[in-house]
Amino acid sequence: MTAAWVILALAAGTYGVRLAGVLLHDRLVLPDRLKHLLPIAAVTLLAALVATSVFTDGDRISIGLARPAGVLVGAVLAWRKAPFVVVVVAAAAVAAGLRLLGIR
Amino acid sequence: MITDRALVRDALAIGAAAGVIGLSYGAIAVANGLEPWVPIAMSLIVFAGGSQFLAAGLLGVGNPIAAVVGGILINSRHFPFGLAIGGYIGDSLPSKLLGSHILIDESTAFTMAEPDPGRKRRSFWLVGGTLFVLWNLGTVVGVLIGNAVGDPETFGLDAAFPAGLLALLLPSLRDSAARVAAGAGAVIAVATTPLLPAGLPVLLSLVGLAAALMIKPGGTP
Repeated sequence: MTAAWVILALAAGTYGVRLAGVLLHDRLVLPDRLKHLLPIAAVTLLAALVATSVFTDGDRISIGLARPAGVLVGAVLAWRKAPFVVVVVAAAAVAAGLRLLGIR
Repeated sequence: MITDRALVRDALAIGAAAGVIGLSYGAIAVANGLEPWVPIAMSLIVFAGGSQFLAAGLLGVGNPIAAVVGGILINSRHFPFGLAIGGYIGDSLPSKLLGSHILIDESTAFTMAEPDPGRKRRSFWLVGGTLFVLWNLGTVVGVLIGNAVGDPETFGLDAAFPAGLLALLLPSLRDSAARVAAGAGAVIAVATTPLLPAGLPVLLSLVGLAAALMIKPGGTP
């Protein structure tokens, strides 16, 4: 029954974290200077998430080629205002294609 | 400004990718020796991919405490996400209670990328809802077919997710303070990954905000 407790505790903790931010959004009175930082904080966290999913594997920094190359192609397409679907599919196709060629 | 059809298409694109990852999550969890209901329940009531992979792995090797603590640590980034976009989820308490469950990286990124304030809410619910359905569907199918699921890396899905998130971040990165903070944060997170437990490096990226504080708000050099 350990699994059930783990799931319940993880679910409660995760939901609590999410709900706390959403509810505090209305109650938090911040000076404008700091309020302006909230969206930047979200962007920073997402950017860090992107960077770690590209350049790390587990607890080590990864020097693979296929994944960064795929993301780079996707990023260039996004920068050139390609549709989101094209960005996602192109990134996957480049990474998958390189691996097919034996390039990790 | 994007049309509704484009938004649905985009939500389905990222949702399909999430579905395939969910597939491999279900398969890996069962391969780790977990009972089939465990990954399915986790996808339903935790609904946070990174923490679920970690928890399934740690549960498989008999380390339940680390599974809970590590998982919550990974998901703690959702707190600032709620602070940032909490105003676009809904006004009533029930919508906030329900919306909080689908507050994930993708729904946050889509909401922030939508330029029209009136459409941010629709963006949030559509993307969060689509991912919830497809992630859970993927998990169930993965549990059922088990080892027949291939490695998502074969399909390049490990590149699809960061590329999609990055595409959604690009408009926000036009702001120079955001760009500096995001750049510094990304370097901090990658550099500290070998040193810190999972989840902490991404949180530590917030140190990059200090760099943004030195820059005038809204600057676009």
